[in-house]
Order: sequence, then structure tokens, then C-alpha cells
Amino acid sequence: MASNLVEKYYRMDKLPHIWCAGCTHGTSMNAVVRAIDKLGYNQDEVCIVSGIGCSSRATGYMDFNTLHTTHGRALAFATGIKMANPKLKVIVITGDGDATAIGGNHFIHACRRNIDITTIVFNNNIYGMTGGQYSPTTPTSSLGTTAPYGNIDPVFNICNVAAAAGATYVARGTAYHTQALINSIVKGLENKGFSVIEAVSDCPTYFGRRNKIGDAVEMMKRLKELSVNVKAAEKLPPEKLEGKIIIGEIKNETRPEYTDEYQNLIDRLKEEEK
Amino acid sequence: MNKKVSTKVIVNKAWCKGCGICVAFCPTNVLEIKDGKVEIVNPEACTRCGLCELRCPDFAIYLGGEEDEK
Repeated sequence: MASNLVEKYYRMDKLPHIWCAGCTHGTSMNAVVRAIDKLGYNQDEVCIVSGIGCSSRATGYMDFNTLHTTHGRALAFATGIKMANPKLKVIVITGDGDATAIGGNHFIHACRRNIDITTIVFNNNIYGMTGGQYSPTTPTSSLGTTAPYGNIDPVFNICNVAAAAGATYVARGTAYHTQALINSIVKGLENKGFSVIEAVSDCPTYFGRRNKIGDAVEMMKRLKELSVNVKAAEKLPPEKLEGKIIIGEIKNETRPEYTDEYQNLIDRLKEEEK
Repeated sequence: MNKKVSTKVIVNKAWCKGCGICVAFCPTNVLEIKDGKVEIVNPEACTRCGLCELRCPDFAIYLGGEEDEK
């Protein structure tokens, strides 16, 4: 028993999923599906690739061409798929740890190449699957199982890293602002180039409980309260933006795309051989 | 004459994990958690805005079917 959308786009024999009660990865995964549905893509033309972690379980549930790969390497596999078959719509679902720690190098170089892949980073600020170790996006001074006295690391701002490394479409949304998140994913999919959408998610089990934030509802309220639209944020002084989640479109520009450039190279060499 | 096709909110209790997100953010207080699962307690107030379906992480609540369907 499920909605038409769920019956169409999910492997029904794999549902319900095993994410914890109140984990908003399900919301973010459904945002990806709604974006695909909005654009009317044929399921066979889409390939969804994930790495390892809670986020990366998504590919097991989604009824598309899917690939569940090794830790941090989703983008490496996705690059291979896109190069072999540039007609495929390649989507990567990854997490904060998978994308920016273990896969950090793949992440920045995929951004640099501007390869036509849309990456959605489910950022729950923690390594959930392995028991709550702190990740590159765990806020400084927050608690994790590997930071029992508070995390002393400064955080990675995933969107700023992506924008600086050369991704052409960069946006941030949250599981609370679901409709806006869907719209960002649509724009990311429409961008011919490397798109990064950071979907800020909640981990009530490890991040919320350990940091005494409260349950899933409290964590969602927090997402609502902490979020500031990028346009409003431009008018605010930096001290007012401390600890805030800036949502909306961070970057949108056009630059030559990698598979196009590769085809141009092949065409040029063929021409020269004649 | 316009054919009016309307929907109603449907709960799949088997998939509900009782997180309460739909209950907390329903603008018209249609829902409640009872015995760890969501329940429709005030169906008349439902405006079919679909926010519950949009945010439910478990796809356990959705708008579907027709109003007069039983």
C-alpha cells in the first residue's frame, strides 16, 4: 500500500527501508525521485550511483539502473558510467563522510572536470551507519562517539568546496524545506555539467541523541529555525550567520562539459587523421 | 460540468515508524501518534496540502484515492 509515485519509482519488495525512525534520508531520497518525476525521465535512462554509508543505501530501494559502490568512490564509478554512455542521466547519492572525507579527492576533481553528473549529498553531520563518529561536517564542539569531549575540527562547507572546485550548479536545501530541495535537484539535473545539491538531513539516533537536540521533530524544527535563504543571508553580517544553514542556489554558471570536451577531442583527432 | 476528483489522506501503518514529523508540521492538526503509529484523528480538517506526504521519510502517509471511495 503506497502512493502511485512510490509504486512507480521504488522496488516495493525492498520497502519499508531500514533507516531509523525520524531519519530524513527517506525524505531526501523521495525529493530525488520527485525531481526525476517532474522532469519525466524514463527510469531506464537514469543511473543512480552511491558509495557507502546510511545515505548510500538509497540505491537499493530506487527502481532505476543503480550501482552501490565502495566507500567514497561513487563519483569515480559514476564518471566511468558517464564516459562510457554519455546519454545516461547519472545521479550520485552520497553522504557527508562518503563525499567529503573518504571520497574528498574524487569529489573535488569531479567538480573540476565539470562532468555532467548530479550529486546529492545527504548531509546528516555524522557517520550514522558505523555508530556516530564525527565527520567533516560535524559542527565544531559537537559531540560524537569519537569526539566525547567535543569536536575540535573546523567544518567543511560542502557547497563552498564544490563551488570553489568548479562545480557549475551548487545549491543547498533541507529535508524540512522539501519543495525547495526538489526544485534545486530539478535545476541540478537540468544543468549540463557537474551539479552538487547538499540536502541537509537529520540523524536523530546518533547526532540528535548524543548532542541532546531532541527527537526527529525537534531536529526538523531546528532545520527550520537555523535556515536562512541565500538572498537574505547576503544582507546579513557574518556574525549573524554563525551556525546558520544557508539555503538556496549558491552557484549557477556555464562552462564546457567534460564528456563534450572528450568528444570534441576525438572528433578533432579523427579530422586530423584524414 | 466539472468532474471533481478529490483525494484523501491515507496511512500505511505497517511502514510508519512513529517519528511524528507529519503530526508536528500538519497545518490543521489532522494527525496524532497513537500506540507508536500515526492516526488520522481529524479528517474533516484536512486541506489536502500534502505536506505530510512530502516530509514523511517512510512513505507511510500520502494523498490518494477518491473522496467517495470506501
